[in-house]
Amino acid sequence: MTFDAPQNSPSRASAADDRPILKLQGVSKRFTKPIDLAAKLLNLAGANYRERIVHAVDGIDLEIQRGEVVGLIGESGCGKSTLGRVIAGIYPPSDGTLRFKGQEFKTLTPEHAGDAAIRIQMIFQDPMSSLNPRKRVVDIVGEAPVFHGMVPQAEMDKYVDEVLVRVGLTGDVKRRFPHQFSGGQRQRIGIARALALKPELLICDEAVAALDVSIQAQILNLFMDLREDLDLTYLFISHDLGVVHHIADRIVIMYLGRVVESAPNRELFAAPNHPYTQALLADVPRIDRRRQTYRPIKGELPSPLNPPKGCHFHPRCPHAFDRCRAEAPVLKHVAPGRMSACHLNDG
Amino acid sequence: MKATPALDVSGLKTHFFTKAGVIKAVDGVSFSVASGEIMGLVGESGSGKTVTGFSILGLVDPPGRVVDGSIKIEGRELTGLDRRDLQKIRGRHVSMIFQDPMMTLNPVLRIDTQMTEAIHAHETVSHKAATARALEALEKVGIPAPEERLRSHPHQLSGGMRQRVAIAIALLNRPAIIIADEPTTALDVTIQGQILAEIRTLAAEFGTAIVWVTHDLSVVAGLADTISVMYAGRIVEQGSVDDVLDRPMHPYTRGLLDSVPQIGHERGRLKQFPGMTPSLLNLPEGCPVQPRCARATALCRAAPELMERAAGHFARCHHPLAEPSREVAQ
Repeated sequence: MTFDAPQNSPSRASAADDRPILKLQGVSKRFTKPIDLAAKLLNLAGANYRERIVHAVDGIDLEIQRGEVVGLIGESGCGKSTLGRVIAGIYPPSDGTLRFKGQEFKTLTPEHAGDAAIRIQMIFQDPMSSLNPRKRVVDIVGEAPVFHGMVPQAEMDKYVDEVLVRVGLTGDVKRRFPHQFSGGQRQRIGIARALALKPELLICDEAVAALDVSIQAQILNLFMDLREDLDLTYLFISHDLGVVHHIADRIVIMYLGRVVESAPNRELFAAPNHPYTQALLADVPRIDRRRQTYRPIKGELPSPLNPPKGCHFHPRCPHAFDRCRAEAPVLKHVAPGRMSACHLNDG
Repeated sequence: MKATPALDVSGLKTHFFTKAGVIKAVDGVSFSVASGEIMGLVGESGSGKTVTGFSILGLVDPPGRVVDGSIKIEGRELTGLDRRDLQKIRGRHVSMIFQDPMMTLNPVLRIDTQMTEAIHAHETVSHKAATARALEALEKVGIPAPEERLRSHPHQLSGGMRQRVAIAIALLNRPAIIIADEPTTALDVTIQGQILAEIRTLAAEFGTAIVWVTHDLSVVAGLADTISVMYAGRIVEQGSVDDVLDRPMHPYTRGLLDSVPQIGHERGRLKQFPGMTPSLLNLPEGCPVQPRCARATALCRAAPELMERAAGHFARCHHPLAEPSREVAQ
């Protein structure tokens, strides 16, 4: 099996089906800090220590169609990386269902679940900490496909060569260690490692954030070429609106664990619906904005340990009214293909 | 133009003497910043922009050393000053804001202790007066409930708040110049917007000259009055923000601008600038951009000088781009 051979594995055969490649329903992820022994003893004596729970991801509904590039935007602490990790299978969700090509992960036999899991691969922000520094490139890229029986051990070298060429490196670097590469090249190795498993869905978590601008452009172009050549679907997680605007078909905005808006790229930038999205777009520095007068939104992201009641954005929202403080708005259609979670849309 | 600029750097060379060889991190950098002016010092990693900022404050540690050039603050020469004289100037006439506010803040001291200390270091004032000034500085940078914050420790504050406190400390002694090294890079968009808004007000209100060291062209576009672009230890282009961003002359500046995915531009492949920043130990002969440059010719094997190609617009290139070639947003 070679890397560029026509893709006709069973999972590719259903390429024509129009089910979303990924469907999340009410997915939540909570992190709990259990109370320690001292607190337990004090509780026996009448103190009132409780477990601290962070609702990192709070009831997310999300669909990604085959071949689509979805940009997931949010500020630090909004849960975007946690969501990426839940989808990639690194964290199990606390609630909700995750369907990959119509099949729910939980209902698959372990064998099939494993097969589905390697179809979703993740690329991380910092390639230095996500590549094993003691392994050579050939092992970093080739180990997983051999382990999963996609490539016989004897053909591993040849296969790794092909994958490396695909990401713009040459085969002769494969005996080297990660520290012998520049940041941009390391990111290419991270991409090669993910691609080696022939994924259908790639989750890129701030994959270009650590790179210099000229290198970032090279990697973004690589992502776009790969999408076209290999029929890939991306979930592109980033805080950089410029990058997401450039690469995504559809953009999803998260705030404090919830999706606040989802819209096609162009429409979102032309007419943002949610007050948070509007604030983000107004504040973003752009090369064509000179001597910008910033009209920043007040305040900061509240702690996910103690999120505000009702709409999470209401303490910072210039349009907040009584209902926003009491009732969390539901994400619903405001126009064809556009969703927003804001009470203002109810008129 | 004013007779004495707030900051005047000329021919600055900072070299690092390592076992592997001499690294010319800053190799002949000149610029001046007037009072109330914001200059963006732009470059990719390894271009020498941070070392330039550190050199101005005398913060370069061995094996690095300022080997040549002059740094004048309000007409006063800084190079050659001994440690004690330099300390009198640092924090008083020139201060620095770092990317990580914890570089400025002491994690085990309360904010008020740290702030009043910075005042007492340069002036003899009562503790009460110093606290009042600290409070005023916190208000200036838009910190809510400043009295409360004065009594906090750094770990009790969010990243954005810490950066504001660091900026407030930099402002305490009303310095003529602030060197800001990527101070908003680690912050979220909405917090970054808040801080940039404060900085612009401060420059205008107090007439502080600001050198904003960054890799982010979109931030300097909205903030700066002038831009200097660095590559491999040298300034390759210098001019007003509009000249440099709208009519770049150096192919490297053009390449940087094309590399930034911009909102409102046609999507599709970005025009990429090939290759990567060369190692400073092994610079190509002549123009350092030459191996990556599509316009390079045999002439480029001789190093070009920084020359004024249009009024106030300098470029270090044998083949500068003449026409305004920036695509118009569609």
